[in-house]
This record gives sequence, structure tokens and C-alpha cells, in this order.
Amino acid sequence: MSGSTIKIIIGPQHPALKEPERFILETEGEYVVDVKVRIGYIHRGIEKAMENRTYLQGLYLSERVCGICSDAHTTCYVQGVEELLGIEPPPRSRFIRVIVAELERIHSHLLWLGIAAHEIGFDTLFMYVWRDREVVMDLLELVSGNRVNYAINTIGGVRRDLNNGRIQKMLKGLKILEDRTKEYLKMIGREQTVLKRTVNIGNLSKSDAIKYGAVGPTARASGVKRDVRVDDPYAAYDEISFNVIVEDGCDCLARIMVRGREVLESIHIIREALKKMPDGEIRVRVKPRIPPAEALSRVEAPRGELLYYIKSNGTDKPERCKIRTPTLANIPSLCKMLVGGYIADVPIVLAGIDPCFACMDRVLIIDKEKRKAEVWTLDMLRRYGREWYQKR
Amino acid sequence: MAFAREALRNIFKKPITEKYPFERREPAEGFRGRPIWDMKKCIGCGTCVRVCPVKAVEMVGRGREAIIKHHLERCIYCGQCAESCPTKAITMTPEYELSDTDKSRMLHVYERK
Repeated sequence: MSGSTIKIIIGPQHPALKEPERFILETEGEYVVDVKVRIGYIHRGIEKAMENRTYLQGLYLSERVCGICSDAHTTCYVQGVEELLGIEPPPRSRFIRVIVAELERIHSHLLWLGIAAHEIGFDTLFMYVWRDREVVMDLLELVSGNRVNYAINTIGGVRRDLNNGRIQKMLKGLKILEDRTKEYLKMIGREQTVLKRTVNIGNLSKSDAIKYGAVGPTARASGVKRDVRVDDPYAAYDEISFNVIVEDGCDCLARIMVRGREVLESIHIIREALKKMPDGEIRVRVKPRIPPAEALSRVEAPRGELLYYIKSNGTDKPERCKIRTPTLANIPSLCKMLVGGYIADVPIVLAGIDPCFACMDRVLIIDKEKRKAEVWTLDMLRRYGREWYQKR
Repeated sequence: MAFAREALRNIFKKPITEKYPFERREPAEGFRGRPIWDMKKCIGCGTCVRVCPVKAVEMVGRGREAIIKHHLERCIYCGQCAESCPTKAITMTPEYELSDTDKSRMLHVYERK
């Protein structure tokens, strides 16, 4: 039977995937030898919709790109718009941005830890972790006024201040989270149920992580010290000292450990930020019209580097807004991780990059007359772009 | 077996889940629920209509005679209208049980008396 491979298709609709995306696995026996990814099933046209909204309305749309890292998206968006305007948000607002971003990182990583446990069939851990995640969800509700779409950022600052009562409650909640996370990390390191499914699974060596441009915890689990918070500090990260968590395991266990330890580091960052937070204004008023300019903004979302490119044309609406989410950057690494592994390990390896497919999806052109769907190459897209602008 | 201790400890604990709707939890202070309009304060400037990202607010008529229609099924509870209102006529209430099967019940009309 050697040499003959069988194609196994996972998705677009599949119980192991939370979102529709298609993975075509070439398998030889139990091994995966090649992976092809086909994206484009859940493209929502948010970038285009941004062009029909004012900058302020676009803020709430950007928040809804991703339900998990909604604060990272707004931070990235407002930073871009602030750069276009040439204004600096007040110092206190920059610290509040850091605090909400780190709370979000804690909630995202704990959520992921639960999902990873679920993918390896360890639902007890999933329930425990999600129970404790409620603590950070309550803190986010307390700080921002909502559990999911926080709407704390606005162009020129933040919308809500932290008072003493909220800070005290937050410190109390952080203590619980710290104890629980430490406990889980200790338990996971010794628990055979987890170790047997994650050690040496989905390997991505350091050189491959660099070669395929992995970002965020995926890169850091392969020993690559890559973090926008340190490499290109935004908000108040340059005033807070913290460590970039790096693991050398290169496997799924390393990805769990990186995220777990990052939760602890985030708690440390929040405490530091609360200590160093200056008094004063939390926002500056801005004009709705923005002079023609271009801006590129980067943020370390819980999943990795998030990028926004915004172009203004002098009106109150952006001319172009491009979003590159971390999942898209991690897809090439994901293909590398899957190759050589067992079919049974595909779900945990897939979950290992913390995929958020709806955020990253790219457009698929469907020709109704020819009854054909195709993915465009860069050249085809360029040609189309030129023609579209000439017609306008 | 590292989880055995944790599992044992949890046997004797009460369930963490609340039995909603029999037990109802109060939202945190400052929670953004359904916005309400105070028509005594409203001057009919239309700022809430302009800033709303989802076009959930509609204004019929102009100035101090205007009627506000709030489409709850479109509202995303961002609170931008309450923030932008020049006379602070809009408040975000902590009301959160807002789902309904009938669309007509989700339209809130604020008329002048």
C-alpha cells in the first residue's frame, strides 16, 4: 500500500471545527502527509463595511470582528485613527487600555485552555477552567460595562474611568485567578491524561516558526521571542516592566504552558499598571473629519500580532481599512504542525494556534453565471483593483 | 492522578451555576442595558440618530416636537448615544432580559406628552 494516499476532508462543516473552514488531509495509514487549507467560507465583508461608516461607528464594527479579542481590535483601530489625527491619548487612558487588554488576555487564554482540554477529551478540566474564567468575565463587566464587547476604547482615549471601588474588587479577583492558574499549571504538568495527548504532538521547530512567520503564543511556544508589546510598545507597555514568556517545547504542551504562564504575567502587568497609573483626564475630544493620511497600527492580541491599516481621505469615513488577524499569520505554521502527525491529533493541533477563522477569512469570488467559485491570486486582485478605481 | 484531589474537593461544593430564571443575578454597577430617553430633556437635535453605529434610533419630526423610535432588535448596547447626547436625556438602564419573539414589541416609541 506504500505510496498511495487517501484524502480526508475536514470541514467546512465538521464537529471538530467551531467555524467553517476546510482542511484537506492527505493521509498514509494513520499519518498525515500533506495538508491543504481552503479558507473563505465565512467572509463577512467587514473591511468594506468600514468604508460606509464614520470613524466612530467603525469603532463598534471593528469591535465585532472577533468576539474573544474585541478589545485588541478596538485598541488597534483607535491607535490607527489617533495616528491619522496626530493626537496622543492622555496617560491615564493608556494605562486603562493596558489593564483591559490584559484582562482580555487572561480571559482569552483561560478560554483557550478549556477548549484545548475539551479537544483532548478532558472535559473535567474544561469545566473547571471555565468556572474560574467567570471571575475575569465579572471583572471585565465591572470595568467596562459589558462581558464581551467592552466598548471601552474611543478615539482619543477611553470611555470609562476606574474608581477605587473597582480597583479593590479587581485586585481581589486577580488574587483568585492567580491562585487558580498556578494550581492548574502545577496539575497539568503532572497529569498523564494531558501529557499523553500533548507532548511531542504538533511539533513546530524554532527555525520553522521563524520561516513560516508564526505570531503570538504559537511562536513563543517554539522559542521565538516575538511580542509586539516589547518589540513595538504601544499604550503604556513601555512604562511597565514584564517578561516575555517563552517555552522551548515546540509542542502542544508548550502551547498550553506559554498561555498559562502568560496569564500569570498578565496579572503581574495589571498590578503594575494599577500602581503606576497617573491621575488626570481619560480622553481628549476629537474632530469627526480626518485629514488625508495613512496609518499602520499593531497590537499584541491574545492570539498574536494584529494589524490594522487605515487610509483616510479628508472625510469622516475611511477610504480603506485593512485588517490582518493573527490566525491568518499562523495558518502556514499550522500546516507544518499537522504534517507527520496522527489523524487523531488533528483537533488538538488545530486548536493549538487558537484559531479564529471568522476573523481572518479572505474573500472568495463566486461567479454566478459560470457557477464557479475561485480564490483570486494577488495579480488578479491587483488587476481588479486597478480597474475598479479607474471606473470610479 | 493529579486531578484527583481537585475533583474530590469539588464533590462537596455547591454547584457553581445559578438556576436562572429562578435565581437572577444583578448586573455589575455601570452595566449597559436598554437605553431609555427622557423626553423632558430631549431637544430633538438628532445626535443619537447620527452616531448610532447600527441605525437603531429613528427620529420622526424635528426639534422639540420630535418623536424618538428605538429599535431594540438592532441595538448593540454600546452606549454611544447616551455618551453623545448634549442634554444627557439618554440613560443606559441595567435591564438585560430583553429578548422577544415578536418584533413589534421590541420597538420603543418615546412621545412628548
